[in-house]
Amino acid sequence: MDEPINENKNLSPKIPSSYFTPLDDTHHFDNERIAAPSLSFYQDAWRRLKKNKAAVASMIILLLIILVEVLSIWYSPYDPNLQNVPHANLPPRIPHVNINGFNGKAKISGVWVDKYELVHVPKDLNYYFGTDAFGRDLLSRVLAGTRVSLLIALAAAFFDLIIGITYGLVSGWKGGSVDTIMQRILEIISGIPTLVVVILMLLFIRPGVTSIIIALGLTGWITMARVVRAETLKLKNQEFVLAARTLGESSLNIAVGHILPNLSGIIIIQTMFTIPSAIFFEAFLSFIGIGMRAPNASLGTLLNEGYKTFRFLPHLMWFPAVAICVIMITFNLLADGLRDAFDPKMKD
Amino acid sequence: MSGFFRFILKRIVYMLITLLLISSCTFLLMNFLPGSPYGNEEKLTNKQREVMNERYGLNKPLGERYIIYMSGMLKGDFGISLQFGDQPVRSILSKRIGPSLQLGIQAMILGTSVGIILGMIAAMFQNSFIDAIVSLIAIIGRSVPNFVFAVLLQLLFAVYLKLFPIALWDKGFLSTVLPTVALSVSPMADSARFIRTEMIEVLNSDYIELARAKGMSEWRVAFKHGLRNALIPLITILGPMSVSLMTGSLVVENIFAIPGIGEQFVKSIMTNDYSTIMAVTMLYSTMLVTIILFVDILYGIVDPRIRVGGGEY
Amino acid sequence: MGEKILEINDLHVSFQTFAGRVQAVRGVSLTLNKGETLALVGESGSGKSVTCRSIMRLLSKNASIDSGKIIFNGEDLLSKTDKEMQHIRGKDIAMVFQDPMTSLNPTMTVGKQVAEPIILHQKLSKSEAMKKALELFRLVDIPEPEKRLKYYPHQFSGGQRQRIVIAIALACNPKILIADEPTTALDVTIKAEILDLMKSIQKKVSTSIIFVTHDLGVVANIANRVAVMYGGKIVEIGTVDEIFYNPKHPYTWGLLRSVPTLDDREDSLYAIPGSPPDLLDPPKGDVFAQRNQYALNVDAYYEPPMFKVSQTHYASTWLLDPRAPKIKIPQSIAARWQYFKSKKQSFKDKRG
Repeated sequence: MDEPINENKNLSPKIPSSYFTPLDDTHHFDNERIAAPSLSFYQDAWRRLKKNKAAVASMIILLLIILVEVLSIWYSPYDPNLQNVPHANLPPRIPHVNINGFNGKAKISGVWVDKYELVHVPKDLNYYFGTDAFGRDLLSRVLAGTRVSLLIALAAAFFDLIIGITYGLVSGWKGGSVDTIMQRILEIISGIPTLVVVILMLLFIRPGVTSIIIALGLTGWITMARVVRAETLKLKNQEFVLAARTLGESSLNIAVGHILPNLSGIIIIQTMFTIPSAIFFEAFLSFIGIGMRAPNASLGTLLNEGYKTFRFLPHLMWFPAVAICVIMITFNLLADGLRDAFDPKMKD
Repeated sequence: MSGFFRFILKRIVYMLITLLLISSCTFLLMNFLPGSPYGNEEKLTNKQREVMNERYGLNKPLGERYIIYMSGMLKGDFGISLQFGDQPVRSILSKRIGPSLQLGIQAMILGTSVGIILGMIAAMFQNSFIDAIVSLIAIIGRSVPNFVFAVLLQLLFAVYLKLFPIALWDKGFLSTVLPTVALSVSPMADSARFIRTEMIEVLNSDYIELARAKGMSEWRVAFKHGLRNALIPLITILGPMSVSLMTGSLVVENIFAIPGIGEQFVKSIMTNDYSTIMAVTMLYSTMLVTIILFVDILYGIVDPRIRVGGGEY
Repeated sequence: MGEKILEINDLHVSFQTFAGRVQAVRGVSLTLNKGETLALVGESGSGKSVTCRSIMRLLSKNASIDSGKIIFNGEDLLSKTDKEMQHIRGKDIAMVFQDPMTSLNPTMTVGKQVAEPIILHQKLSKSEAMKKALELFRLVDIPEPEKRLKYYPHQFSGGQRQRIVIAIALACNPKILIADEPTTALDVTIKAEILDLMKSIQKKVSTSIIFVTHDLGVVANIANRVAVMYGGKIVEIGTVDEIFYNPKHPYTWGLLRSVPTLDDREDSLYAIPGSPPDLLDPPKGDVFAQRNQYALNVDAYYEPPMFKVSQTHYASTWLLDPRAPKIKIPQSIAARWQYFKSKKQSFKDKRG
């Protein structure tokens, strides 16, 4: 170091000499001060989630959808199963909107024709999403179908939670031979394709909401059980569990009172991934014709009905398709956001 | 090395148990199934029904039928279809396995290779515009049900643009294009997402840092050191991806009227064709467990840490 | 002192995090001379690793070099393009990382990994590069080198892996070798072996070394000069003897006191009280004041300049101001001098 950085003579003369006295004890800095404010687990996750715009937007959209669905139990525009054959196959008509396709007009052999006038629908009677081959209001049917999808998804997620958490917790917490046996069983079951189980179940029980829920509940819990077990194994050797043991808490109390709350992050994430797959499965089963049965609406049956006449009555396919895509996309985005928020390092 | 072999042996035993379990369950379920396999049930007299039951072996005691069923299955014999012109199930399915397999393999190759490229690019340009686009593609691919995709593709490329046949299996490769694309969306989205996360982690690892410190360019680092390490774990999701392909084939084959297993399966379910349902169920399960086994073996071969050490298990 | 090979001038590096800007390096200036070993010592978070990575231009994406210069071969590394840097990395400046367990690609044979920079920079064929790799394996004392070249990293122990990483770093005879805590993750006995290896290699290939560590005990063995870093700044810099026998900064005193010795007169291991400063919002005045038992009132208001102690020795503390009260080095450090001397002596004996 040839160039002196600062010569001793170069003192800052403005500093008064009185400053060069030892700092007295009363003015001493707090040595052990922790600078950053501490955030609780949920606050921290919430802060991260809020930064994810897509996830927040998805959450708002989902909440709106759920609100609308709950309200539609009492305030549906029409009875979703009410047939009104004279009003069959009407395109959508939304008041004050004058875009072909949404104003009651449909293209018939190359010309836009007002179908509402053709069948003398009163001026103040509008079908926002149009009607199907039996004159049923599509909006009401999409609302009813979405409700079924959400119901099935929530119920499937519920069973997934109950079975998956219990199995995983017991397996991980008990450990030893119990764990070994439970893991072997899991390994064997996981070789069975979900599709096969669901289809066999649906053949055995009458198709409908209940049987789909049971079928999905029976198959969906395996991943949850695995995740919960792995996490429990990690947690059970940690200090706070040891502390609880030394204090003489019962095994059950520790598992439920200490382990379970620490699993909440991964449980929420896993549940959020179960829901869209349950929605997909219901739609899938109904689409191929072994899920919901007519006349009940579900997004799958609506899509099935819609796709057959897609070229001529596109609205019958578009509305349910958009509905299912919106639900799936928002659930997936929210699930991704929650995963990143709760555990930034966690992978699939 | 012996550790690895023991592990594989163990897996084969589980695989057999799984298959035994599935076949027994399927058999029992089918027997207690409500509804009759005969389409014209109401019109049949008791005498006719007896004759038919005897013909299909449905009059024998359960235990005996179980043994006949299981031993037949081992020889690949699934009995006679109860619906489709009395053909043996085996010959019905063997004709149909080709198209399904071709579609599945094509979709898997297309989906994973596009997915790998997308995921890798997204990881290299993390949080950039390209990354956002890839994430969007992955989210749409994961969220939009494949039957919706299939219908849209059919409408756009077959009905309007007339580039490909609308349906059926008679135009050679051209017939396979749309169903392959429709099926490949889900493995594409899955692998893009998986590779992205994997690659981001790999690119943040110390050995990548060392490779950079050697003076290698970012692309070279990503290809030579990153990709291989990110690809190995992708093998683990081959199982789930094939399951989603199987599921997808049911609808896609139906929409494109392809004479494959999936289409037959749906038909059989609709008509209570027990023997065919059992056969397809077994076929799917066998395929899945075989793929899982294959994945385990492949993983052991590709990852040198497992290959030599064998201590991982 | 010899010829300068690297010069860092007033380097400022910061990281953008969710909580704000972390000023990791806040005005570091130092020089590295040809053939010498400079030790960069400090706690984690003191900015020593960031300084090294800035030289390599291998900072994470959220980091930015805000100002300063890093002069190598008369050129500023900070104004080089990525492509130009690629020709310098691994060839002129090489780096050894902290954790040998994760520094090697698990799916590539070690031979290929050693040959890679040779192929890249010296444009040799694969087989020639492998021959060179074999020589390097011999240089870093890997037993049965011919066979071992074809092994994968997991087949080596931690110490051997670090030897391989060193071999990679030395592949192109770099002018500067940056060793970022190369012994921290290793066992004590292995640590000594790696230090011996680095020392002997420096003699053979005469490269300059920047040796980053948080352990002053290691420094006595290997370094010619020592720079002590705290809170993103260099607080004291001098020759090994100056730092050990005439330390001026209270932080250096703390570091020296916390070196464990065998015949410890103190009952317990000394630890500097408090925690490192929050570099999101660095305190006004002297960064170390909060933890300094000799803190002056002035520390709370003004940042101390670098006071010159000798031609080679500088320290940044107001205690060196003529107006400050004279404070003697804590007795416990003086008591350790004998120990340091013996340690250094034994090391020299061993090297012969």
